[in-house]
Amino acid sequence: MTAQPIIQVKDLHKWYSGVHALKGVTLDFHPNETVGLVGDNGAGKSTLINILSGIQAPSGGGITFEGRPVSFKGPRDAMEAGIETIYQYNSMVPTMSIARNMFIGREPLRWGIGGIGVLDTKKMAEESVRAIADVDLHLRSPDALVGELSGGQRQGVAIARAMHFKSKVMILDEPTNHLAVKETQKVLGFVQSLKGLGITGIFISHNIHHVFECCDRMVAMARGEVVLDKRVEDTNMDEILDVL
Amino acid sequence: MKRFLKTYLEKPELAGVAFLVLLTIAFQIRSGGVFLNAANLQGILGLLPEVALVAIGVTLLMICGEFDLSVGSVFALTPMSMAVLLEAGWPFVPAIAVGLCVAMAIGFVNGVLTVKFAIPSFITTLGMLFVARSITVVISGGFPPLLPTGAIPKWLFVTYVGPGDMFRVSFLWFVAIAIGVSLLLSRTNFGNWVRATGGFLPAAESMGIPTKRVKIACFMLCSLLAGFAGTLQVMRLGAPLPSIGEGLELQAVAAAVIGGTALTGGIGTILGGIIGATLIRVIDNGLVLSQVDANWFKMALGALTVFAVILNAWLRKKAKSIKVETGK
Ligand SMILES: Nc1ncnc2c1ncn2[C@@H]1O[C@H](COP(=O)(O)OP(=O)(O)O)[C@@H](O)[C@H]1O
Ligand SMILES: [Mg+2]
Repeated sequence: MTAQPIIQVKDLHKWYSGVHALKGVTLDFHPNETVGLVGDNGAGKSTLINILSGIQAPSGGGITFEGRPVSFKGPRDAMEAGIETIYQYNSMVPTMSIARNMFIGREPLRWGIGGIGVLDTKKMAEESVRAIADVDLHLRSPDALVGELSGGQRQGVAIARAMHFKSKVMILDEPTNHLAVKETQKVLGFVQSLKGLGITGIFISHNIHHVFECCDRMVAMARGEVVLDKRVEDTNMDEILDVL
Repeated sequence: MKRFLKTYLEKPELAGVAFLVLLTIAFQIRSGGVFLNAANLQGILGLLPEVALVAIGVTLLMICGEFDLSVGSVFALTPMSMAVLLEAGWPFVPAIAVGLCVAMAIGFVNGVLTVKFAIPSFITTLGMLFVARSITVVISGGFPPLLPTGAIPKWLFVTYVGPGDMFRVSFLWFVAIAIGVSLLLSRTNFGNWVRATGGFLPAAESMGIPTKRVKIACFMLCSLLAGFAGTLQVMRLGAPLPSIGEGLELQAVAAAVIGGTALTGGIGTILGGIIGATLIRVIDNGLVLSQVDANWFKMALGALTVFAVILNAWLRKKAKSIKVETGK
């Protein structure tokens, strides 16, 4: 890899009152690469990505994004930089429509004062239909409630949203948990398609098969540290199970 | 067609509308046609704004996922603050402005305590219910000040207007505020944040919505509306009693719930809250007209609340069972 890493994580630490959840994690993510992040429950995967997506602040160490040091004050900062995160449950409001969910926090306004204003609902409907079609998901109406969609369809909408806002890095934290086999395949398909779209992917899963299926590189974490970092073709199942 | 039916069955205010129509017919028959005559409608519409404004605020706050049990006390404290200042010789405009600021300050305290300490708003506002009521009694000095005659522009708030003096000016205030808050909730990005915050807090937070500020704003708006409603009542009655609004908090919650607002947040409409409040007024008035012992009012209100929720749950289940394809 000669290109400059899109994200550099340097000696990152995180303490939760007494728990040392990240113990000096150093890791580079390169443009247009899909990285699988694996590890047991409690290894610190979610903590790492919560810091990358601005939800938590690190206790020590730093992050650079496209070469510049950044410190995200909240998820908005990370989203504006181009980092979108898709969580197992957390990214959609089931009682709201697809169109409304697509634009939560980034609503197009017809006019407004001081950031508050009247929604451009027409634009929201049109753009959400297009965004959903772009990820090859076919939904009847942007007015359907997200609560009526299957788990896989919801993840599809979340991915469509991330694409719509032209993310440079897409982080998926266990997006396939609780999905049926067919739907899991669909989400894995989305992850595989990121490369073609020039998006850097960080895919977290505790299913190592899934990571082998759709990632270029494998990073394993255990007890708050990176214990393995190799290209998928240079490693195998046994080696990974060994270090975890 | 199916889609159409489903959309209607899913409307949270449907059960409330059904009850409203049924009760109106029943009372009209029982009262021998008196219920819908001009004089009685005038009575209903004259009082409606006071409960309905409180219900609007409580509904908005419940959609945002929080409760306010202190609205009844704010309903009394706001006009009491205004009256005390008027008695001290302040002009009307600064006096009412201070009163409404007191209301907003209480909403702010409710909101900040709730979000900063992450305690249920049920508790913070229960505390505020007692605190605000206590302050009301204390500043009234034990016996209520009289509103100085001529100090209040009655024409702007409580005189009768409209064809046949059908309603008070307060009704126009109510309609304007109802439309304003409905549009705020349904047509603005702020409304989107309110629904997201109440609908699923982790999602709202991970999408970068300032959920704490959204909640505090809703608490403040809720308190402001309760304070304004109390002020309307005091201007109508001509004297601020420290005991007005007792029990109003639960009536407002009942109104919201009858109108289809979910206790868990995220679901509900302002129109639903207004329909709920109207139902409460209609029952109150209809029972009197039908010469039923007035003590049955709470019984009727209680039964209605429970039935409305059951009916709503049933309608929603029906709507869910109507399968329309989400994919194609
Ligand atoms: N908000 C939190 N408060 C306290 N401890 C936490 C919090 N989040 C995670 N932890 C702890 O930090 C460690 C790493 O957790 P996490 O990052 O969720 O791991 P993973 O996603 O790999 O399962 C665990 O020991 C967990 O208990
Ligand atoms: Mg995790």
